[in-house]
Amino acid sequence: MTTTTLAVLVPLLPFLGAAAGLLLGRTAPGFVRPLAVLPTFAAFVLAVLVAARQGGGRAVDSATEFTPTGSVPIELALHIDGFAALVAVLVGLVALCVQIYSTGYLRDDPRYPSYAALVSLFTSAMLLVVYSGDLIVLLVGWEVMGICSYFLVGHYWETPEARAASIKAFLVTKLGDVPFLIGLFALGTDASSFRITKILGTVAGGGLHHPTLIALLLLAGVAGKSAQFPLHTWLPDAMAGPTPVSALIHAATMVAAGIYFIARLLPVFQASSAAMVVLAVMAAVTMAGSGFAALAQDDIKRVLAYSTIGQLGYMTGALAVGERGAAVFHLLSHGAFKALLFLAAGVIIHAAGTNSLAAMSRMKDLRARVPDAYWTMTVALLALAAIPPFAGFFSKESVLGAAEHVATGHTEHAPGAAGWIVLLVGLFTALLTASYATRLWLLAFRGHGAEAPDHGKQPRAMNAVLWVLAVPSLAFGLAYGVLPDWFDSRDLTPTLITSVLGTGLALVGGLVTYGAWRHTTALAGRIPLGAVAAHPEADAGLVEAEAIASHEPAYGEVAYAHDPADPGRLLLGPLHRHAAVGFHLDAVYDALFVRPVRAGASLVRFLDREVVETYVRGAGALPRLLGAAVRRAQTGNVQTYVSALLAGTVVLAVAALLVATGA
Amino acid sequence: MSPAAALATTAAVAPHGFLSPTGVEIAFLLVGLVTFGAALVTVTTRQLVHAALWLVVTLGGLAVEYLLLTAEFIAWMQVLIYVGSVVVLLLFGLMLTKAPIGRSPDADSANRWAALAVAVAAAAALVWVVVDAFRTTWIDLGGAPSGSTKVTGASLFQNWVLPFEALSVLLLAALVGAIVLSRKAKADAATATTGTPAVPGSRSEREGVR
Amino acid sequence: MHLVYPAVLAVLLFSTGLYGVLARRNAILVLMSVELMLNAVNLNLVAFDVWLNRAARETLHSGQALTLFTIAIAAAEIGIGLAIVLAVHRNRGTSDIDRLRDTAEGHESDAPEAEKAEATA
Repeated sequence: MTTTTLAVLVPLLPFLGAAAGLLLGRTAPGFVRPLAVLPTFAAFVLAVLVAARQGGGRAVDSATEFTPTGSVPIELALHIDGFAALVAVLVGLVALCVQIYSTGYLRDDPRYPSYAALVSLFTSAMLLVVYSGDLIVLLVGWEVMGICSYFLVGHYWETPEARAASIKAFLVTKLGDVPFLIGLFALGTDASSFRITKILGTVAGGGLHHPTLIALLLLAGVAGKSAQFPLHTWLPDAMAGPTPVSALIHAATMVAAGIYFIARLLPVFQASSAAMVVLAVMAAVTMAGSGFAALAQDDIKRVLAYSTIGQLGYMTGALAVGERGAAVFHLLSHGAFKALLFLAAGVIIHAAGTNSLAAMSRMKDLRARVPDAYWTMTVALLALAAIPPFAGFFSKESVLGAAEHVATGHTEHAPGAAGWIVLLVGLFTALLTASYATRLWLLAFRGHGAEAPDHGKQPRAMNAVLWVLAVPSLAFGLAYGVLPDWFDSRDLTPTLITSVLGTGLALVGGLVTYGAWRHTTALAGRIPLGAVAAHPEADAGLVEAEAIASHEPAYGEVAYAHDPADPGRLLLGPLHRHAAVGFHLDAVYDALFVRPVRAGASLVRFLDREVVETYVRGAGALPRLLGAAVRRAQTGNVQTYVSALLAGTVVLAVAALLVATGA
Repeated sequence: MSPAAALATTAAVAPHGFLSPTGVEIAFLLVGLVTFGAALVTVTTRQLVHAALWLVVTLGGLAVEYLLLTAEFIAWMQVLIYVGSVVVLLLFGLMLTKAPIGRSPDADSANRWAALAVAVAAAAALVWVVVDAFRTTWIDLGGAPSGSTKVTGASLFQNWVLPFEALSVLLLAALVGAIVLSRKAKADAATATTGTPAVPGSRSEREGVR
Repeated sequence: MHLVYPAVLAVLLFSTGLYGVLARRNAILVLMSVELMLNAVNLNLVAFDVWLNRAARETLHSGQALTLFTIAIAAAEIGIGLAIVLAVHRNRGTSDIDRLRDTAEGHESDAPEAEKAEATA
């Protein structure tokens, strides 16, 4: 089979699996698990084959016209270059791991068939985005991912947090998607085609008329999808969804779609240096802000969510300095270790019966209950903190190295200011990253206090997957030598200065946190805190849903707990209160958008009820009055009726006579 | 009838003036006044039984008018049926519904002013029409009597047989209907004698025209 | 005889009967008034029959035949009418037309009152 055929099958197989799952889920429940895992496995294998065949050489390009539109044509096009091939492999691998993990995680969930089908549909959409060579087809995949995210985040819709979070995720990403659509149309009109190759050709020939405007419009969509400031507020709340969903969608794939999009169309953004500076500033604010916020969160998944936002900021920063190879390198390695972090967190939540770090820090020997999760999570956290020789070190260093390269003026395809911003904030964020990673590890695994409850052995499906993902988290970084061939980019080897600075700052961050923890851990024993959902027999999904639902009643907040034993409190000082609520951005949006919209809605309701309804009711009032008047004639008295009848008859007779006699 | 007939022929010979009265007409007029007066009392008196009795006068007056119009068979039928049985039925009805003897203050309903207006208007309109239409029409009362029993009977059984038979069916239906309507409910059938309330009704049906 | 005399008398009797139908409260008085109206019609029929017969325009004696039929029908009608009035009186205890308002707007149909025992016939 040709590479094109294989490439078409890659998004097609999970889509068929999703359709079959949705149709047959109720009638043939025995087939649901195979239908979830097998198409994804096949898609992964085929993606690997396609990548092997493409081999970083010439891009696989093929297209058929989808429909004549009268102006700019829409084509079903494939464009598989090195980026696409490798990202597709990542998507396939993570999706496969998540599907296998879910069979254990949602073992007893009654909605598992639709869940699995939606995950397959999502996988198919992401693969479509990755392989697509036409912007409108990419947009289709983009939007399908959005709606699947909505459904999957709202999986535990019995809890109000999940309901609110799914709508928030949908609305905030849609807020970015509208300018995105306009930008796509502008781009297509300027290039008179939606094919990516043609658009890049137009840009190279200077054919873009409003590069800054288009770039900013597209950036809005990317900011929404990839959770960059200021449209990042949905991602921490989206943790109300099941953990495998968070691993797939909100760590490895969907949020990476925005980064991938910019990487694909980087010349479009580079055509406007103003847009690149905006991108750099966005990346910087995101990195720093999310690092602080992650230090203040109590829910283990929210820490990871803010961590994702920050790491995506790294990728955005790499793109801001025009180095997409580094960005995609970090995307790949981040996808592996972040997915692993989330999946391991799911195991921990199941074992501990809570998602609160405050509660876990008061449990002894949690690590003995979940040894697989303990070891793999340690590996992943080391990768996150960019400690050599784990994957995160190499990928983060490639970003910082690219930033330094631009900052020191060695290139003219990106402004130097962008380079400095990314470099300095990136180094600071490395400190913060190591800091919150250490905090997470210490609070979860080094707790003191009562014995951790025994919730039975974790399902084998869940544990096996952790080890599968641990391999790339450990070793992927060593691919830095071969990747430039795939990415057509400059050398991705870590440079000395940034490596030393970065690793040093990471170690500093880790040690400071350890010190703070030693200081505060004594308090943990004296101040009991926490609620545990004890369901020894329930599957992990149910435990997690209960944990999410009970966090606010137990602690008074969804995100953080007033825990004096939290080292983050000590480290952040007066900033802690603000960091915990994401620097009040939610409150700002509430005042700016939510309240005016609600006020407008109640105004409209008032107008409809008092003004329009009044007219309607008034129109009805007149006939009603007339009817009442007529009804009064129904006296029931026969003589009245006959009198009226005869009076009318007499009148008619007289009239007839007068007419007949010609009077 | 001969004086009337003689008067009638004289009147027929002489040229007619509008409303120039012959003897018959005077008699008719006088009896008509009595009849009309009695009718007025019937519909205005407060004593219910008196109303029935004044109705007798009215109906009797009408019988005389029929005679004056040389329709003698009709006149006797009028007396037999109307005065004889219908009025009796009405009196029985008054008795059985426990109508008050003597003045009853609520004999007229609240509708009477509207009724008066309608009746007066109808009367005015109709009188005007009739007078205007038949200004120059005279009945010729002389000649062979057309209202005698023999003539009427011959005409009835030659030309009106089918309606006659239909009428007898109608009378049968009315008889049955009256019996059914005036039966008491089944619960009381054991205590009261069945069919007795229908006796006055059935008697009237027997007085059919034969 | 001028035709106007019986015609006008008939009209006046008819109007009187009309007034009685519309104005009298007791159902039996209403029936009496209906008889008046029927008699007025009969008078008309007879007068016209005599006129047309003598004027040789009509030989069927239709007016007098119809008068006989009307008398018979009136008799049948009075029988039925009185049976109805008696039944109403038995059920409602009254034969006032004013009180029989079942067709009124918002009227709730009464539960049938206890039947009164009829004294003999």
